[in-house]
Parts: sequence; structure tokens; C-alpha cells
Amino acid sequence: MADAPSGRSLVVDAVTHRYPSGALAVENINLDIKGGEIIALLGPSGCGKTTLLRIIAGFIAQTQGRIIIGDDIVDALPPNKRAVGIVFQNYALFPHLSISENVAYGLAARGIDRATRQHEAQRLLELVQLPSMAERLPRQLSGGQQQRVALARALAIKPSILLLDEPFAALDKNLRLDMQIEVKRLQRVSGITTLIVTHDQEEALSMADRVAVLSHGKLEQFGTPSDVYDRPQTLFVNTFVGSTNRMPGIVVSADRTAAKVRLDAGAEIIARPAAGALAEGGRVTVCIRPEHLQFVGDETGFAGVVGMSLPLGATVVHEVTTADGSGVKVSQARIGETRALENGAAVRLAPLAPSLANAFPATL
Amino acid sequence: MGAAPASRDVTSYGMGLAAPLALFFLLFFVAPLLQLLWLSLHNDTAGLHWGLGQYLHFLTDPFSLGVLGSTLLLGAEVTAVCLVLGFPIAWLYQRVGPKLQTIIIMVVLLPLLTSVVVRTFAWIVILGRQGIINATLQSLGIIDTPLKLLYTQFGVVIALAQVQMPLMTLPLITVLGRIDPNLDDASCSLGAGSWRTFFRIVLPLSLPGVIAGCTLTYAAAITAFITQSLVGGGQMLFMPMYLYQQASTLQNWPFAAAISIIFLLAVLAVVSVFTTLGRLSRGYGGA
Ligand SMILES: Nc1ncnc2c1ncn2[C@@H]1O[C@H](COP(=O)(O)OP(=O)(O)OP(=O)(O)O)[C@@H](O)[C@H]1O
Ligand SMILES: [Mg+2]
Repeated sequence: MADAPSGRSLVVDAVTHRYPSGALAVENINLDIKGGEIIALLGPSGCGKTTLLRIIAGFIAQTQGRIIIGDDIVDALPPNKRAVGIVFQNYALFPHLSISENVAYGLAARGIDRATRQHEAQRLLELVQLPSMAERLPRQLSGGQQQRVALARALAIKPSILLLDEPFAALDKNLRLDMQIEVKRLQRVSGITTLIVTHDQEEALSMADRVAVLSHGKLEQFGTPSDVYDRPQTLFVNTFVGSTNRMPGIVVSADRTAAKVRLDAGAEIIARPAAGALAEGGRVTVCIRPEHLQFVGDETGFAGVVGMSLPLGATVVHEVTTADGSGVKVSQARIGETRALENGAAVRLAPLAPSLANAFPATL
Repeated sequence: MGAAPASRDVTSYGMGLAAPLALFFLLFFVAPLLQLLWLSLHNDTAGLHWGLGQYLHFLTDPFSLGVLGSTLLLGAEVTAVCLVLGFPIAWLYQRVGPKLQTIIIMVVLLPLLTSVVVRTFAWIVILGRQGIINATLQSLGIIDTPLKLLYTQFGVVIALAQVQMPLMTLPLITVLGRIDPNLDDASCSLGAGSWRTFFRIVLPLSLPGVIAGCTLTYAAAITAFITQSLVGGGQMLFMPMYLYQQASTLQNWPFAAAISIIFLLAVLAVVSVFTTLGRLSRGYGGA
């Protein structure tokens, strides 16, 4: 058992799930995940992340669609035959078994002999840096340590897919960062295809090769962290991932790559039609991130009045009230001396570049 | 619970609060028990000669020992039946919707809500020679002559099991409800089948409930005077009836007292075996 298991691919093919209560938890989700990738499932509470994870693990039989692991359609397989490792949010360690028995549990279920089991459990505990805890009971460990044991236990069966449901939610900020690095290290070593459920966008963006953003059971976007952050395909993704200013306006003219939008705040800007072609004369919402707005000296851009300025370490965030009365946030890197902006100063603002302003058709 | 370090509680409560209960126990439990002990240590009914004669008599008399043995065996049988039937009910309870849960609880509690005498007579009607079971089997042509169900060990065990079922099921429902459902899923995703999950995870974690249930059922079954006598009839003699006969009919108070003490010790011994078994298996961990 020396060779590292190579991750198998995972395809979620048009999966829909409706709970018996009638709740449509997951709707027509398609994900094509390559072997060895780390994927984050990102979305607000109740959007169906856990449901999708449980479908992949086999705890829930989806109403429609297929789950394909490697070359096999696994829909007919029960969870204990899928070779999918899962780490639960509350760790779900067996409270009456010692740490090494917990780790060896899956090996025992596979009928592996005692000596091999113990040896393998010890190896895994060393991998998660807990070699001296083997004889303890789970309740004698801290939360972060229990988390590592849960990870070791899931890895012990050499799963082809590793699923983690909000694995770091219960940990404090420093420990969370440690564990994120740890999981990423283990994933790199083992090459296991990994799916992490999270509602923490920083976690998703920092850990994953690709991020799947879900909302109300639907897949909003599936792409690399920079795709999701810089080229959001829906208004939801743009507002859920990172912070953004939403500015209403009307399309003056548009083609497939650029649209001229007259903002209600009082300027014409060029924006990127992020969700496909825009109709001329239609109302749109333009999203510009605070760090993509700049103060301009000339008459381009739109006018505003500076309200509060918040110095946040490396950046300063200014709240600016525009002509139509709505507020926008502008974030400026603090380089050298920052130009002091008086409360009440009149300024003009414009996006750094047209590709950094995303226009979406306004929803009523 | 393992060897928890002895630690003083930060909050301490005045023992005075327990005084009324302690007084009650002293008057109505400890005092009669001491009187019983005192009584049992007399060799004659008049209470003039001290000695261990009554105990010696019981322990050398095959008939008395037989009664004790069959009573303890009866308790074990009833407990086993309750455990085997009660565990699936409790398990099912945790896996059905709220409506079915209400129904299950009602069914489980029903025996507690009817009088012992009524329940026992119902069993007589069901098990009797012309009872429901025999009549049904005969009309279906499965048997020719009625089966002897009433006044048998089988009849007593079944009737007692039904009566004591809540004492087993309720602790089991409680303890199963406290097991994190993710543990089931975790076990399953690690490759374990349902049986392995049951024996390695669910059963060990429910041991505190199993032990509580067994202790309650056992204690209730062996002391169930009415059901034992009515369903068991004249031929079957168990300790409570034996005791009653010695005390009431034969007026042999010292012997009856000795029987009580021996019965008490035997029951305590069995109960402590249950508890020790629970300690030995490490399933005691608080989840
Ligand atoms: N067993 C169930 N029966 C009926 N509806 C359910 C069940 N479990 C979840 N749901 C519903 O399905 C939807 C998705 O739930 P799910 O648990 O997958 O969300 P989630 O994205 O994991 O949320 P969170 O971040 O809060 O964990 C929710 O609207 C929820 O109410
Ligand atoms: Mg969830």
C-alpha cells in the first residue's frame, strides 16, 4: 500500500434533488471535475451544498441525474461501496473508540489484519502530525486535533474522492488557516480529488483549483478563483464573492464585448456585458468593486461627495455619496502619503478599466 | 466513565434540601428493612431464639432453591424478550417521521396506562384453552387439541414482557436519540455495512440505555406478583408468591423475612452483574 492513490475524476451530471417534503434542494447541477483537483462548493446557507455532498457520498439518492466516479456510474452503489471519504462538519469521530481505532475503522471494515491496521493508523497519524495521540479518546482532543483525526480516518481507506463539509467552520481564525494549509498539503501529497463545501469565500478562493458557486440549488458559475472573482457570470456571483458596488443605469449602446451605460449617478461609462449581450435602452446593474474605482481629476466619471473614510491597514475605504443619492465604496491602497480626503469633499470617480465594470440586466 | 479525577464542584448545594426525602426513606425503607433483618435472624416463629437457622433452611432446601432459581430465570427470560423486541422499536422510533413517532410512543406507553389486573386478565382471555389464540388456530385447522399456553412459563414470560416493555423501550429511545446520526453515515462511508455499524457503533453507544432498561425490566419482572400468580397459576411458584404464602398463610414470619433478604441479595447480585458488564465494555463514553 505504498503508492499514493491517484484521484479519480468526478462528474455530476444534471443532478436534481427534491426532498420528500417537496423542497427542491438541488436543481440541474453539472460539474465536471478532473482527477486530483480541489473544488470548492461555495454558496450561502441553505443553497444545497450539503445535499449535493450527501448525494455524491451516496447518503441521499438524487431524484434525477447521475454521479460518475472515474468510469463508473455509482448511483446504484451504497455509500460503503463508493470509496468516497467524507469529513463531517462536527467531525463525527466515534466517541467510544480510541484515536487509532477511529483511524483504523475503515481498514477493519475491509478485513485488513490487525497488525497492518495499526501500522497504517500510526502512519496516518504521523501524516496529520498527531503520532502521540493514538491511545486517547476523541473527547480528550482539541477541536483542531479532532479535525485532523477525522481527516486521517477518511484518508485511511484511500478514497478516490474526498468530501469535506464545512471542515473549518468550527475552528478559530489562526487554526483555520493552519488546517487549510494542512489539507492542501495532504491533498497535494495524495493527489485525491477533493470537494470542499464552504460558505467562506476567502477559503474557497484560496484553497480551490476551481470554485462552484451555488445559489438556491442552482449552479451560478463554475470556474477558477480568478474567473469567479474577476469575470463573474451572474449578478449573484459578483455580489456574493468579494464586495461590490451596485450601480443602476441604462444601456446607451452595446455590442458583445462592451456596453456604453449611462449610470443613474450621472456619467457614461464603458462596461463589460458579463452575462451575454445587452439590449439597447434596457436597464442594467453595473457592478464595480471598491478597489476598481479611482478618483479622477478631470470631468470624466461621476460626481460624488466623500462621507466617512475608514483606514483599514493596507487600504483606506471611502464612502462616497453619488448624485442619485446612493452610496459607493472606494478602496485605495495606502501608498506613501495618502491624499487626505476631507469629509464633504466633492470628487469624481471612474472605473480603473472597462473590463472591471460588469453590467448585468436589471432584475425587477 | 473511566477514572475521572476527583474534583470539587464549584457550586455546592446544601444537603438540607434532601432531608425530607432522607427522612421518608429512613422511616419507610431503612427501618422496615432493619426490622426484616432482625426478624430473619430468629430460629422460631415466636422470636425467642437467635440464629441463622432460617437462612440455613432456605439454602439447604432444594424446593426453596428451585423457586429462587426459576424466579431469577424468569427475570432473565423476560429481560431478553424485552431487549430483543424493544431494541428494534426504539431504533425504528429514531428513524420515522413525527407522526409515526407519536403512534409508537402511544403503543409503547399503553401498557402503563391500563391497570395490571385488567392487562393480566386480558392475557388470560388470549392464552386460555378456549382463548383467542387456541380458537383461531383450531378454526384454521392448524391444531386439533388446544395448546397449553396459560399456566406455563411461556405464558408468564409473554405476559410479563408486554407489561414491562416500556421500561426497556423508553431508556433505549432516549439513548439512541442521543447518538449523532452522522456516526452512522461516517461508519458507512468508511466501508462498514449495516451490521458492522450496528455492532461496532450503535450497540456500544447505546449500552447505558441497554443496562438501564435491563435493570428496570428485570427488577419489575421478578417482583410482578399479580401477573406471575394469575398467568402462572397454582403450579408455578415464584419468589413473591412463595414469600406471601410463608408470611400470610403459614404465619412463618422469620422464614418469610429470610426469603426476602435472600431475594434482595440475589437481585442486587444480578443487577451488579449488569452494571459491571456495562463498565467492562468501553461503550460508556459520553458522546
Ligand atoms: N432532510 C431534509 N428534508 C427536507 N428539506 C431539507 C432536508 N435537508 C435540507 N433540506 C432543505 O434543502 C435545502 C438545502 O439544504 P442543505 O442542507 O443542502 O443546505 P446547505 O447549503 O448545506 O446549507 P448550510 O450552509 O446552512 O449548511 C434547504 O432549503 C433545506 O431546508
Ligand atoms: Mg450544510
